Amino acid sequence: MSSEARGEWPLWEVFVRPKAGLDHKHCGSLHAADSKMAIQLAREVYTRRQEGTSVWVVRSSDVTASDPADKDMYFDPMEDKVYRHPSFYALPESVDHM
Amino acid sequence: MVESLTINATPAARYVLRLADTCLIHAQRLAEWCGHGPVLEEDIALTNMALDLLGQSRALLTHAAALDGQGLDEDQLAFLRDEGQFFNLTLAEQPLRRSSAHAPGGDFADTVLRNFLLATWLKAVWQGLATSADLTLAAIAAKALKEARYHQQHAADWVVRLGDGTDESARRLRASLDSAWPYVSEFFTDDEVDNAAVATRLGPARGSLREAWLAEVGAVFADARLSVPKWSRYIATGTRGVHSEHMGFILAEMQSLQRRFPGGRW
Repeated sequence: MSSEARGEWPLWEVFVRPKAGLDHKHCGSLHAADSKMAIQLAREVYTRRQEGTSVWVVRSSDVTASDPADKDMYFDPMEDKVYRHPSFYALPESVDHM
Repeated sequence: MVESLTINATPAARYVLRLADTCLIHAQRLAEWCGHGPVLEEDIALTNMALDLLGQSRALLTHAAALDGQGLDEDQLAFLRDEGQFFNLTLAEQPLRRSSAHAPGGDFADTVLRNFLLATWLKAVWQGLATSADLTLAAIAAKALKEARYHQQHAADWVVRLGDGTDESARRLRASLDSAWPYVSEFFTDDEVDNAAVATRLGPARGSLREAWLAEVGAVFADARLSVPKWSRYIATGTRGVHSEHMGFILAEMQSLQRRFPGGRW
């Protein structure tokens, strides 16, 4: 039985942007009755130590994830393809921080 | 046991202490939820708000100590004053949790409603203090206003959730309103401390906050299917240092460590 069927609040995934210009990063999940409450509680639970300047919440049930059983065929083939990293080029000094 | 201290109750010190003590005692009550919240996330929310209020009260107590001029500090004011020297709004000291060792306490709706009534009041106070002639007080208010705006929104959302929720939640919220409302008249009853604050441009008189407070509360109550009750003719007296029977128990719990180990530090 799902948590909602048991009368519990649904689960939300929380994404926090540490500062302007950076990406929102997944930082955890929480229970809340609706999106408004989820935003407030995300602020309470995940930004207590100045971690964020913006918060996104997404219903966990709306996230489609890859199947862990597919891990070998999905991701292992990339293991021996180091040439896909752009690390074999000398960069000009002006862009050396990439 | 260490002896209690007595402050020089000048109107300015009284004005600042009234606000400091309301924040401190409200924080102490909200902190009783720590580890007992209805859900983990709200438990953290209530404790975060308690810590905001405690921070506000620390800044104000330090400032009140400076106004008092006896060289006292925030800890001495918080832990070594007796009941009659505290000037908080009486609503803040009423029991919240049923399992408080010394009180019958009540319902989560009591917490929601009290937090809303007080946060809306505090928000109005901080707004009024932003233009205080006392620059320290204005700076404290500017910082606190951001916190109070969030507290007010968080509490208002809960008021609407309960009031416009199920029959059971609406019934409980109405019961909370019935028990809290008689204490609200004190929020807006001017006395000589208010008059002095206006005359010295220290801050607004309580009475002047009523209209803005009522507009904000009324709008949320409308969404929560609550009607604004008639003003109570009873005026609670906490801000004059005359408290309800619950105050002594709070202080006993809050002050016992400093009384037993004077000057003790972590």
